Amino acid sequence: MCALCGVLGGTEHWTDAIARPGVFTRHTDAASRRRERMNRVAAANRVLSCYRMNLADWQGSAFVLSSATGKTEIVDNLAHLWMAAERLLGRPCDPLDEELIALMERERG
Amino acid sequence: MADATPDFTPVTLITGFLGSGKTTLLQRLLLDPTLSDTAVLINEFGEIGLDHHLLERIDETMVMLQSGCICCTIRGELSTAIKDLHSRRECGLLPPFRRLVIESTGLADPFPILSTVRSDPVLRHHFCLGNVITTVDAVNGARQLDAQPESVKQVAVADRLVLTKTDLATAEAADRLTNRLRQINPGAPLLRGVEDDLDADALLSADDDGVERWQPADRHGLTPDDHHRHADDIRALALSFDEPVDWTRFGIWLTMLLHRHGNELLRVKGILNVADAETPVAVHAVQHLVHPPRHLGAWPDGDRRSRMVFIARGLDPALIERSFRAFSSVPHTANRSRGMRQ
Repeated sequence: MCALCGVLGGTEHWTDAIARPGVFTRHTDAASRRRERMNRVAAANRVLSCYRMNLADWQGSAFVLSSATGKTEIVDNLAHLWMAAERLLGRPCDPLDEELIALMERERG
Repeated sequence: MADATPDFTPVTLITGFLGSGKTTLLQRLLLDPTLSDTAVLINEFGEIGLDHHLLERIDETMVMLQSGCICCTIRGELSTAIKDLHSRRECGLLPPFRRLVIESTGLADPFPILSTVRSDPVLRHHFCLGNVITTVDAVNGARQLDAQPESVKQVAVADRLVLTKTDLATAEAADRLTNRLRQINPGAPLLRGVEDDLDADALLSADDDGVERWQPADRHGLTPDDHHRHADDIRALALSFDEPVDWTRFGIWLTMLLHRHGNELLRVKGILNVADAETPVAVHAVQHLVHPPRHLGAWPDGDRRSRMVFIARGLDPALIERSFRAFSSVPHTANRSRGMRQ
């Protein structure tokens, strides 16, 4: 149960599945979890920077999403990231947007 | 009890449009000894005609068949019916069934049923999603695909397709419909209910072998032009790439894609060569719903390329491919072939 909000049993996101037989996850031990969390922040920022937004780890338990104008929002996991980003941005974050794809292609070099 | 019951009981959904042969398929399956450790949730006892095969009537909604299969009608909420079955199993009031089969109504969109199993706070800790089996009527199937969006969706999300009533349709009509089904869903093995000897275990099984089975069908089912053909505004895109996939970047990309286009992305299936993972990872999604990624024991056929199939309504396959490559940092030198290598 979450001590802050009292919600029973957090929602398991597929990118962060609980380790169990047959399931692929990097959610195995403390070091792997920490490493994957850092990777996730870096990978998200690669996309978010195109919107002039930034994601940071918050105490290893959540993330803080910030916009260029200083608006911030706490997000639990990737399931909520894009919803929050669109709220702060006021427009859709679409990975099929050709302008965004072109930016990502340029960043990729 | 712990030994007899798997940690997560797989749930198979049998769907298909009204009159497409779901009940007939169930009648065949229910008599199969393979289903002796299976619980089946059906719409009505009356339709399925179980009287000759009853072993015991447990109560007004539940019976046990001679094969050992538990058969139960759905009254009210589906989640309540599944929880009731689970509760009785845990209390020892029912035999420890190892899988659950649900028959959907003909007009049902399969997504809410799958979503119930994955999202319900109790069910998601005891049940996991198995296969979606879709029956398509060889006589009326083409007309239903034209007129009924639910029918197209039922085909698109299927893991197994069963073409029924082929004895009542002309060979040309059945072949035309087969081609159309292959265009909508190139990944799902297609069986003929009349001619094929349906192996209940293979039909219901959603283990690692399931991924192996859909790939050969892909290779032979797709031609280079298939992904640009319009089929009910639904297009299938098959991608393959040689270089390993960055799992974290892929997760960011697919989550973003499903957040924005989950309603249009009817099905995503893939077997990925993940960087720093020895064995392949299978990814399955139905609209917004992504199954926990599965770590397969070995590559199915020695081909270590990542392969993905997207079945989307109204989305440009070329953009999906370009976006995937840009976000996942796949170098430009990657294999550009979209179809499977023959």
